[in-house]
Amino acid sequence: MARQRKLTAQTVAKLVLVPTILLCAIGFYGSILWTFVISFTTSGMLPQYNFAGFDQYIKLFGMDRWHTAYTNMFVFGFLYIACSLAFGTLLAIALDQGIRAQNVFQTIFLYPIALSFIVTGLAWQWFLNPTTGLQQFVRDMGVSDFTFDWLTRPDMAIYTLVIAGVWHAAGLMMAIMFAGLRSVDGEIWRAARVEGIPKTTMYRRVILPMLKPVIVTCVVLLSMDVIKSYELIVAMTGGGPGYATDVPAKFVVDNLFDRANIGRASAAAVLMLLSVLAILGISALLGRRKVVEA
Amino acid sequence: MTVQTLDTAATGHPIAVRRRKRKTSAEIGQIGIYAFLIIAALFFAIPLFIMISTSLKTAEEIRSGSIFDLPQALDFSAWVKAWSTACIGRECDGISGGVWNSIKIMVPSTFLSILIAAINGYALSQWRIKWSGAMLALLMLGAFIPFQVMIYPLVRMASMAGIYGTLPAVIIVHVLFGLPILTLIFRNFYVSLPPELIKAARVDGAGFFTIFFRIILPMSQNIIVVALILSLTGVWNDYLLSLIFAGRENLPMTVELATLVGTRIGLPEYNVNMAATLLTALPPLLLYLFSGRYFVRGITAGAVKG
Repeated sequence: MARQRKLTAQTVAKLVLVPTILLCAIGFYGSILWTFVISFTTSGMLPQYNFAGFDQYIKLFGMDRWHTAYTNMFVFGFLYIACSLAFGTLLAIALDQGIRAQNVFQTIFLYPIALSFIVTGLAWQWFLNPTTGLQQFVRDMGVSDFTFDWLTRPDMAIYTLVIAGVWHAAGLMMAIMFAGLRSVDGEIWRAARVEGIPKTTMYRRVILPMLKPVIVTCVVLLSMDVIKSYELIVAMTGGGPGYATDVPAKFVVDNLFDRANIGRASAAAVLMLLSVLAILGISALLGRRKVVEA
Repeated sequence: MTVQTLDTAATGHPIAVRRRKRKTSAEIGQIGIYAFLIIAALFFAIPLFIMISTSLKTAEEIRSGSIFDLPQALDFSAWVKAWSTACIGRECDGISGGVWNSIKIMVPSTFLSILIAAINGYALSQWRIKWSGAMLALLMLGAFIPFQVMIYPLVRMASMAGIYGTLPAVIIVHVLFGLPILTLIFRNFYVSLPPELIKAARVDGAGFFTIFFRIILPMSQNIIVVALILSLTGVWNDYLLSLIFAGRENLPMTVELATLVGTRIGLPEYNVNMAATLLTALPPLLLYLFSGRYFVRGITAGAVKG
C-alpha cells in the first residue's frame, strides 16, 4: 500500500513537468526549427515552402545594411562588455575599501537596472541631442564651438549607444563583482598584509584571477544583452542616422513586420542563433564549467 | 623599499617618518576613491535628474534655457498631459490606458510563471527525475536564445490557435520566456533544502502536492519575493513581445511611451515626453528602492551561484 502511494507521488512529479516540456519543446525548439526551415525558402510576406538552398544567406551577405548591422553588433558588443565590466569592477573595488555611505553609492549605481532599455534610450537621447542637450549646455556656458553631436553622426552614433548601455549595465556588474570580492577569504588579505604586498598588486595578480568564473558569468550576461539589443536602439537612434546603428535584432524585426521579407529575416535570425551558440561554446571552454548552471 | 632607506638616511627617525608617509598616501588614496565614486554617482544620476527637471518645465523654459537649469516653478502640467491628454498615434488620451494594460499583462504572467516554475523547481530538485539535468540545460538554452529566432513561428502558432493579438497570447509568451530563469532560481533554492524533510512527509503518506503546498511553499517566501521582483520588472519593462503579441487593444505602457515619443506631429514636447518616460519608469523604480537587496538578488539570481 505504502509502495503504491510512493509510486503515485513519483509519477505526479513526472507528470507536472509535462506542460513545461511541451511548452518549451514547441515554443523554443519547434520555433527554432521552423525559422531554420523558412531561412532556406523564398518566403516573402507569407511563408512558402519552396526550397531555395542558401539563396537568402547569399543575398544577406550582399546587403550593405546587413554588413553594417552585423559589424555594429561586434563594435557595440566589444565596447559595451569591456567598458561595463571594467567600470563595474572599478566601482566594486572602490566600494570594497571600507567606504562610508556605501549603501547610498550602491543604490545610485544600480538604479538604472530597474529601468527598461526604452526608458534608458529616451533619457540618453534627450541628453545627447545636440540642439537641446549637453552640446547646447556647454555652448551656453561660453564655449561656443563646443561640439558633441555623436548622436546625429553616422560614424559616431554607435558609441552613444555604448555610453547608454554602459550606464545601464555597469551597476549590475558592480553588484556581481562586489559580491565576488566579498566572498574572498579574509585570510588571503591578512597574508598579503603580513607580506607587505600592495593592494593594487593583490587585486591584479591574486583577487581578480580568483574571480575568473564570476567574470566569465558577467561576460555571458552582457553578451546576451548585446545579441538581444533591440529596444535600446529603437528608443535612442531608431537604427539611424540612415541605418548606421542597425543591429541584427532590429534587422530581423524590421524585415519580419515592416518589409514583409520573412525568408531574409529568418536567415538573419539563424545567423544570430549561431552567434549565440558560438559565444556559449567559447565561454564554456574558457570557464571550464557549465555556464548554464552557473 | 628604496623610499624607506632614503628616509632613514635623511632623518634618522625611520619609524615616525614611515608612518606619516603611509598615512598621507593612504589619505590621498582615500580622497581619490571618494572622488571617483562621486563622479561616477553624478554620471549615473544625470539622466534621472534631467528627466525630472525637464518634466517640470514649461515648453518656453525648455526652449530658452539649458538642460541643467532647474525649473523656475514646479509645473506639473506636463505630467497631467502625459497621463491623460497626450496624443499617442491618433488617440489623445495619454498613457494612462497603458497602465491598466500593463497590469493586465503583468499580473497573470507573473502569477502563472512563478507557480509553474516553483512546481518545476520542486519536482526537479526533490524527486528522482531521469534526465533532470538535461532538461534544465535545454530549458536554460532557451533563455539564452534571442526572441528574434522564435518570433515568427510563435506568431504563426498564435494565429493558428486564434489568439494572436490578444491578452492570452502575450501572457503565454511571457510565461514561456520567463520559465527558464525562474525554474532555475527555484530549483537552486530547493536543492539546498534537507531531503529528510520530504522523506519524513512521504513516509507519513503525503503526496506530491500536499508536500508542496504544506511544507515547501511556506518555506519559499524569500525566494518567491526574489522571483516576483525579477518577473514583475521583466514583464513591465518588456517592449518587443507586447508590441508583437498583445494586439492594439492591449498595448502596455512601454509601447505607448515609445509611440508617444515617436509621434512627430508639430513640435516635440520634451516635457511631456519626459513626464511620460518617468511615469513608465516609476513602478520598477519604486520596486527597486523599496526591495533593496532582494532586487539585486533577483537580477543576479542564476548569475552568481557557486
